[in-house]
Amino acid sequence: MKRAARYIIFYSALFGLWTLLAELKIWPPYLFPTPWGVAESLYAGFQDHTYWIAIRVSMQRVLIGYGISVVLGMILGLGVASNKFLEETMGGLLVSLQSLPSICWWPLALLWFGLNQNAILFVVVMGSLLSVTLAMEDGRKQMPKIFGQAGRNLGASGFKLFWYVLLPASLPFIVSGLKQGWAFAWRSLITAEMLYLSLGLGQVLMMGRDLNDMSAVIAVMLLIIAIGYVVDGVVFKGMERHLQNKWGLTPAS
Amino acid sequence: MSSPAQKFPSQFPIELEPRVPARGDPRSRVSPVSVGRRAHGISTATSKVGLTDICLSYRAQSGERLLALDHINLQVKTGEFLCVVGPSGCGKSTLLHLIAGLHQQTSGQILVDGRPVEGPGTDRILIFQEHGLFPWLTVGENVEFGMKMKGMPKAERQEKTRHYLRLVHLAKFEKSYIHQLSGGMRQRVAIARALATEPDVLLMDEPFAALDAQTRDLLHDELERIWNETGRTIIFVTHNVREAVRLGDRVVLLTFRPGRVKSEFPIQLPRPRHLEDPAVAGTAREILDELRDEINRSLEAEYNDGVKPHIDPEVEEGVSA
Repeated sequence: MKRAARYIIFYSALFGLWTLLAELKIWPPYLFPTPWGVAESLYAGFQDHTYWIAIRVSMQRVLIGYGISVVLGMILGLGVASNKFLEETMGGLLVSLQSLPSICWWPLALLWFGLNQNAILFVVVMGSLLSVTLAMEDGRKQMPKIFGQAGRNLGASGFKLFWYVLLPASLPFIVSGLKQGWAFAWRSLITAEMLYLSLGLGQVLMMGRDLNDMSAVIAVMLLIIAIGYVVDGVVFKGMERHLQNKWGLTPAS
Repeated sequence: MSSPAQKFPSQFPIELEPRVPARGDPRSRVSPVSVGRRAHGISTATSKVGLTDICLSYRAQSGERLLALDHINLQVKTGEFLCVVGPSGCGKSTLLHLIAGLHQQTSGQILVDGRPVEGPGTDRILIFQEHGLFPWLTVGENVEFGMKMKGMPKAERQEKTRHYLRLVHLAKFEKSYIHQLSGGMRQRVAIARALATEPDVLLMDEPFAALDAQTRDLLHDELERIWNETGRTIIFVTHNVREAVRLGDRVVLLTFRPGRVKSEFPIQLPRPRHLEDPAVAGTAREILDELRDEINRSLEAEYNDGVKPHIDPEVEEGVSA
């Protein structure tokens, strides 16, 4: 109850400040839109299906890109964690590569894949692959050794050992890395989409700029935030809660 | 230390032991001898598990090679309940890991049913001190795990799971998660999970060390009953001498670093035994007297090094994909 009240107070204050600043007309409306203007843009965008299409296209891309990252990252991370040579050589490279913003891969991606969806996917993969890899490597190392031993003892080996023992055993240790990977994938996607006619949310945002329609820009920004928040709060929070229940870890709340 | 029979293992099995040997031999005085009660000079012919000159050395952090196990010779008969005792750091747990095939000895040979051990196999299941149950699976799924890895059909698996859960009196907890169980219940699940793969040999690594006294007493009774009902060969490692005397047909004493077989004690007290039996206590005292030197050496080493002796052979346990 108290928490809800705090939320309401904070957001109505923010909203009030925004309305006040917009109504004072210090800046012209095309530079500083009113909340109503943004709401109208949102309504219009959904009405003519632009936003629906953009959301669908963007979600599809991020799911494919992130999916590739998760699969590749798990293989890479497991390899690095269980092989001394790889750990000493590739481990450092992976960490240093993480300081590179994924959009830096865009020029290369254009040359390699051409101006199409694959170039965007490449940037998304490069954006999230490293977090997933590092998380998997770390999770594999943190995971108690006894699970692997017990699994082998009970007749699991090779892929079965990975799928039925090592992967579920390391999940609680990699779930935060998976979440971070998702956040990077989402950001990389929007950035890449802004650079070219792509139908996705990034392009719709740039369209607002081209039309000098700041209400539309803010409307799309709100959409991007909302989707990121929902995935984080529903998918990953749900996964964490599920793991906590199974493993009997103390829940945060 | 070892009898002539152990030095020259017979190549041909002369006679097979019954799967469930007769229990409860008349009590007799215990004296440290090297061969068990049913070995009349042909012991190796009926060995379930045979260890010959097992040595294990590993590289310590200082770089020097340390010897953990030194020429261990042991023959375990089919259906025998063998207890291995020794001070902490004598390598008794490591010995079990070697038999389980989770680690590799430096030299020597381990035979199970006459065949050398080459990696883990479901004919030998190890029960860990910290139970090693999978927290992401329910109790039932844990028990099912080994059978699932073997590719057993689901219906059969579930049937067996229920059977083994009944055997350890946990039928009601099939759907529970591990963290919802008490320590004693977890250890019982571990026993059920091990039995469900129908191993010939159960390897138990101080399974009851972390439990309170009452729970341990209860599990001793249950383990003895299950052993009687299933006729498995059990190798049970503990640092608790009285527990070893309570459970074992034979108690083997290991020395402190490097681990060697110091002596063997056939235990011929009638079953069922109790920890508080004067006969059990008396036998335990005799063994403890032998063990005391080793414990003192282990404590001395602990004080001098300031580090707890810890034997962990550097063996990769990664995926063998």
